[in-house]
Amino acid sequence: MAATDGTAFHRFRGTPSYLTSEGLEAAVDCALVLERPLLVKGEPGTGKTLLAEAIAEGLGLPLIPWHIKSTTRAADGLYVYDTVQRLYDSRFGDGDVRDIRRYIRVGPLGEAFARPERTVLLIDEVDKADLEFPNDLLHELDRMRFHILETGEEVVAARRPVVVITSNNEKELPDAFLRRCIFHFIAFPDPAQMRRIVEIHHPGLDEALASQAIEAFYRVRSMRPLRKPPSTSELVDWIAVLRAAGTREARLDGGQSFLGALVKHEKDLATVLDQISGRRAGRG
Amino acid sequence: MLVPFLYDLRARGVPVGAQEAVALAGALARGLHGNSLSGFYHVARALVVHSEAHLDAFDEAFLARFRGVAREPARIRDEVLEWLREALERRPELSAQERAILEALGPEALQRLFEERLREQTERHDGGNRWIGTGGTSPFGRGGAAREGLRVGGPGGARSAIRVADARLYRPYRADLTLDVRQFAVALRKLREFAREGAERELDLEGSIDATARNAGELEVVTRPPRRPATRVLLLLDVGGSMEPYAQLVSRLFTAASRATHFRHLASYYFHNCVYGRLYRTERFDDPVAVPDLLQRLGRHYKLIVVGDALMAPYELLSARGSLHAEDESARPGVEWLGALAAHFDRGAWLNPEPPRTWTGNTIEVVRRLFPMFPLTLEGLGEAVGHLVRGRRRRTA
Repeated sequence: MAATDGTAFHRFRGTPSYLTSEGLEAAVDCALVLERPLLVKGEPGTGKTLLAEAIAEGLGLPLIPWHIKSTTRAADGLYVYDTVQRLYDSRFGDGDVRDIRRYIRVGPLGEAFARPERTVLLIDEVDKADLEFPNDLLHELDRMRFHILETGEEVVAARRPVVVITSNNEKELPDAFLRRCIFHFIAFPDPAQMRRIVEIHHPGLDEALASQAIEAFYRVRSMRPLRKPPSTSELVDWIAVLRAAGTREARLDGGQSFLGALVKHEKDLATVLDQISGRRAGRG
Repeated sequence: MLVPFLYDLRARGVPVGAQEAVALAGALARGLHGNSLSGFYHVARALVVHSEAHLDAFDEAFLARFRGVAREPARIRDEVLEWLREALERRPELSAQERAILEALGPEALQRLFEERLREQTERHDGGNRWIGTGGTSPFGRGGAAREGLRVGGPGGARSAIRVADARLYRPYRADLTLDVRQFAVALRKLREFAREGAERELDLEGSIDATARNAGELEVVTRPPRRPATRVLLLLDVGGSMEPYAQLVSRLFTAASRATHFRHLASYYFHNCVYGRLYRTERFDDPVAVPDLLQRLGRHYKLIVVGDALMAPYELLSARGSLHAEDESARPGVEWLGALAAHFDRGAWLNPEPPRTWTGNTIEVVRRLFPMFPLTLEGLGEAVGHLVRGRRRRTA
């Protein structure tokens, strides 16, 4: 399935392993048709990063991931001019120092532009970077072109890439950036959706075990105060552990509970144990 | 329909501008909403809302404007039948084709057909309603009235969109309600500044190139200290008494502030009711620190954040003997101490958990003259932080 041009467009309907909702599909369709970046927010473990993979898979396009760290600068996404290497070469005489192109390394954003085919560009956890990072990207994402100052070349995107940006909400994003994005907030799945998600990860799982595990999972999530409530991936891991141990039932108490897979924080574990055993949780 | 809806959103604090309106109109023109109200709900939400904090306001506005639409199919059916009758009378205005169909069927048959289709479509819950967005197909006659002109199957979609909006799933994400630690932490992150300090551990590329060039091409490496957070914060918390109901809220703010990794230094002290001569390192009011000593120690570049309701009996603020702590023998009224704090720091803000409508006609009014006051909500904290990061205060008399 390839994305089509003109008035007809490919509607995104998820993939066999990625469940969507009507709202998410509408947001992806908007992003595809209006050629705007799609900003996805939501709790950790709600499948924000997987969405980009699902879009790439669903549309049959290559995925170019760009994982953002606190030290990532917007310019790194376009290209990096390796001055240190060039300085080194000029001093110690390796290679042709006059050809500046040898020291230009294209970043993920630059690669997405330079590719002849349409690509899906994932800018993962954009909120990790400096506050000004999204603003620095605005111009390039709008125009889909940039200059390599050192060589005077211009890289122009042949096909506008599908840009998926995820944020864990650790920082507020600038307004100007937000206005250009299609926004979707992935809500935490309800138990029925969670059952379907579990089915995808553990096909043919014993129904009793699944419903027990999901019930226990939501019970733990509702406990207060938790520093890190368990998310989908913890539930999936927990069930994997339970299956590996050959346990028939998912219990929060007792020796075979493997709570460590579900609750990762020491204090949280104490809170959970306190609350299941019926005692009042002391201090958090 | 669309424009009033967008104004309605604005009125509810969702920042919608021309850019959103144009994007939405573009999306509707390209049929992204699939001609259904439910499609419209999702498309509009994706384009107009940029933060989960506004999702609930969007749901509210959507309900206010479109709840009626979902309930109206009966009235619309009557209207359509009325149009049909009119069409018969205004036969000359119709195209030859339309007239032919109308005459072939006859009004009774047409109405029957229409009602049949209406029932059918409602049961199937498919299709969209055209009275949103694109619209404009002839509502007149033709066996296809229900198929073409007004999609009467709309109620299915409409109801589901209303149901989605009605569930108000996003209420917990509203910014004008008070929120959890993480959200406080997000708001506090804006309170950061960087400076280059400490050991020279980072390669200064520009400097190295410059030095190398000066050195006639002989490689010369220049280093510089890395950028480090430079924000220093003094947090003063009012505890006990009338602050008791807000203890949870204040503790969340405190947790967020103490966890923040982007502060160079966070100093926090407690007081009860009002600041007199001393502040305390713990909530139990032991380990006192004299205010003048503290001011001596902390430079004016510290950002001062006071959290308190500023509500007390007037004498507690204004009288020299107002302190509840016997050991305070400063013989200066609380208001003077607060004034001293406000005057010492370049930037200060007071966060008040009491709602802003109660800020007049009591001691809050007096405290507000000393400190810019903001409500202790996520929005209020955001504004306070915005105030704190602005440069030095202009000192006015």
